[in-house]
Amino acid sequence: MRLSNKQVDRIATGVFYFFAFLIIVILGGLIGYILYRGIGHISFDFLTSPPQTFKVGGGIGPQLFNSLFLLVLTMLITVPIGIGAGIYMAEYSRPGKFTDFIRLVVEVLSSFPSIVVGLFGLLVFVNYFDLKFSLLAGALALTVFNLPLMVRITEQGIRGVPREQKEAGLALGLTRWKTITKVMLPVALPTILTGTILAAGRVFGEAAALLFTAGMSSPRLDFTDWNPFSPVSPLNPLRPAETLAVHIWKINSEGIAPDAAQIAAGASTVLIITVLLFNLGSRWLGRYMYRKLTASK
Amino acid sequence: MKATIEPSTRSSEGANPAAPTPGEAVSQPMNVSSNQSTGGKPSGNKPVARKRSRSGNEWFGKTYTMICVSVLIITIFSIVYFVASKGLATFFVNGVSLKEFLTGVKWAPDGEPQTFGALPFITGSFMTSILAACISAPLAFCAAIFMTELMPKFGKTVMQPVIELLAGIPSVVYGFVGLSVIVPFLRSVFPGQGLGIAAGAIVLSIMILPTITTIATDAMSNLPRGLKEGSYALGATRWQTISRSILPAVLPAMLTGVVLGIARAFGEALAVQMVIGNAPHIPNSLFESASTLTSVITLSMGNTIMGTVQNNVLWSLALMLLTMTFVFIFIVRVLERRSLR
Amino acid sequence: MAIAAPSISSAGASTQPGGGAALAAEQLSIFYSDKEAVKKVDLSFAPSSVTALIGPSGCGKSTFLRSLNRMNDTIASASMKGSIWLDGEDINAPGTDVVTLRQRIGMVWQKPNPFYKSIYENIAFGPRYHGIKNKKELNEIVESCLRRTALWEETKDRLHQSALALSGGQQQRLCIARALSVQPEILLMDEPASALDPVSTAKIEELISELKQEFCIVIVTHNMHQAARVSDKTAFFYMGNLIEHNDTNIIFTNPENKQTDDYISGRFG
Repeated sequence: MRLSNKQVDRIATGVFYFFAFLIIVILGGLIGYILYRGIGHISFDFLTSPPQTFKVGGGIGPQLFNSLFLLVLTMLITVPIGIGAGIYMAEYSRPGKFTDFIRLVVEVLSSFPSIVVGLFGLLVFVNYFDLKFSLLAGALALTVFNLPLMVRITEQGIRGVPREQKEAGLALGLTRWKTITKVMLPVALPTILTGTILAAGRVFGEAAALLFTAGMSSPRLDFTDWNPFSPVSPLNPLRPAETLAVHIWKINSEGIAPDAAQIAAGASTVLIITVLLFNLGSRWLGRYMYRKLTASK
Repeated sequence: MKATIEPSTRSSEGANPAAPTPGEAVSQPMNVSSNQSTGGKPSGNKPVARKRSRSGNEWFGKTYTMICVSVLIITIFSIVYFVASKGLATFFVNGVSLKEFLTGVKWAPDGEPQTFGALPFITGSFMTSILAACISAPLAFCAAIFMTELMPKFGKTVMQPVIELLAGIPSVVYGFVGLSVIVPFLRSVFPGQGLGIAAGAIVLSIMILPTITTIATDAMSNLPRGLKEGSYALGATRWQTISRSILPAVLPAMLTGVVLGIARAFGEALAVQMVIGNAPHIPNSLFESASTLTSVITLSMGNTIMGTVQNNVLWSLALMLLTMTFVFIFIVRVLERRSLR
Repeated sequence: MAIAAPSISSAGASTQPGGGAALAAEQLSIFYSDKEAVKKVDLSFAPSSVTALIGPSGCGKSTFLRSLNRMNDTIASASMKGSIWLDGEDINAPGTDVVTLRQRIGMVWQKPNPFYKSIYENIAFGPRYHGIKNKKELNEIVESCLRRTALWEETKDRLHQSALALSGGQQQRLCIARALSVQPEILLMDEPASALDPVSTAKIEELISELKQEFCIVIVTHNMHQAARVSDKTAFFYMGNLIEHNDTNIIFTNPENKQTDDYISGRFG
């Protein structure tokens, strides 16, 4: 039997619908499953207490703090460099071999496997710079991983600024640099900020680059000691630090606490919720800033 | 007097005696002298000091952004240099044969005699990532068609954010879900432990879905309107239009997306490591424990001592990952150049 | 060539060699890559006068205008030959301080392009950058610039609101006010009213007539009635060539060139 064109068309359309909804179901199932498994395990206690190796009832307090602190450190290093290089690409570079080369560098850097970046961090930051397994070494490794993204975000943001804005700045007798920083950068800020927050979400969930840089253990932290030079202070950037993502990996592969599965689920839930918040937050902030900037209602 | 606005005449200008003059406020008193001393300099009605600070400011901007760019360049060169010098030491210092490394099937770094056959990992990496792309590409194509052709509005408001979210989920979470859902499922349906290439490929296929979908969607929404309308005008059905006009037109872009997806899957470490089983053999089936380049690095790096041959071979594996990154980028560039033509 | 008597704002300028005008282009050619967009144009602009550049789209008049403050520098493919004299200095000479040059030559664009800042900041931004930090002084500048562009009454109660909330016509006047804020000597206007409604257009034209007391104004326009209303001199461009340059009333009543005649009488363009 030969199907008519119409029938084929109807079947094909059905197939497309099926797969599209399958994808939504997969994602819905994925997130739903993690939340379902983990949300019951989340409590104030879970979020604040330290993990247990052999006993039930361990928390993720230090890991959560480490993840956030590492994120801040990474952004402190990445943002100024990324924005600078992005500005160069958008405004100072002239079409030619050198610019093509930098573009290639950015592309290659962003496609390096994160485990390789982690190994590089181990060799250079941990060993050669003698930072040991530390937050700082981790932050530097994450910088390598995050920098190309930041460059692209900035370049796109700056390129999106209307030409007339730039010309208006120049025509007032501003230098190019002042025009960029005082006129164009504010206009590009919503785009850059949105992208940065999304990138932050990626940094927050990264683990492979951290295994051999920030380390897989945390010292006993004294959350009353805020002197960054004290070895038990949470703020000390030279102490080793296991992040939330690394923690999930570790308990899944070698966890021996009886409630390891629940802890993994709870920690994954926290991770997912954080990424979701980053995602929604960036959208909201981007829209809010755009509206404020353009004075549209 | 050169190009200088006389303060006296300035202040009497127009209907607005109050009009302040910025240039004058900062510069008038020393203006004349500075211009006289610099002769023909076209610095206009600005004092030299101001001009100097301004060119300093411009110099600062240029230098600062240039330094930022050089950080990128230095980083990439040092990554390549350090990984390569470590990875090549295996062959030049430890005397492991490259042929054995690439084609040997026995991995026993602590055995007697030591053997360093990395082929199981190489095949493991290629199989998981290519299989993942085979699962992901048709799904991505459907999703892209759905978003651009069937329900653009729903696609923009629901699908797009969903896909973006998929891209943002950390890989350890994928690994965790794979370990607690996909592996038990495979175990119950197929023989074996459930850990293996199949589990790895399924997890990876979900991870690379956003990459391929985004590129396919972009390609489809950039198609010229005439292409579709021409086909519909000839009385073609939607399926005919999709299969005969749209698919051929977006195929090069799809291919680029697939290569990028494979590249991402190839370099993914933890999610795969968690579900693949980590046995250093070439498996006999997709449901038997296996290893990839990344998984063996992840597991062994912490247990070996820097400088030993056991450690150096791991760097050789990393060098291989690095080389493959360059190969993938090269392929993507070739594909892009083709589709431009 | 008749040059107006040295006027207040450019008393120094007009005594300079280089044609005696405040601004003059000499054998100026502008290229986009290989394409010659402006061909060996000689044109000078007198102080305290309005010169209109007219011609069909793509005739090079905007390109020419943008070269006068070297705004074409921002276009990578654009290059220039010939000279532009400002007070006897060639602004294309190596070592020219482009930044100062642009401060002396203000510019207004076709589409209003206020900064994404408050009304106050739009005006105060330039002067502050050029070294005026005193709050009182800045306030005075803002007020006087807004008064000169007849915006003060409309905006004095909401100076710190976003400039993008203003209407198109108000935005354009704000852009003119912004240009005035750094005390330029010359104003370049690239079809400043073409995106505006008739009432706003009338206001802008009125403003131009007032500002010409103090500035040398060069305006590109598509609207020949506008050229006739606001300008003292008119230059007709066609295919990158300067076809005719003369007093506006001569151009519009008794042009020498056939092409000019055809254009202003609407036979092509």
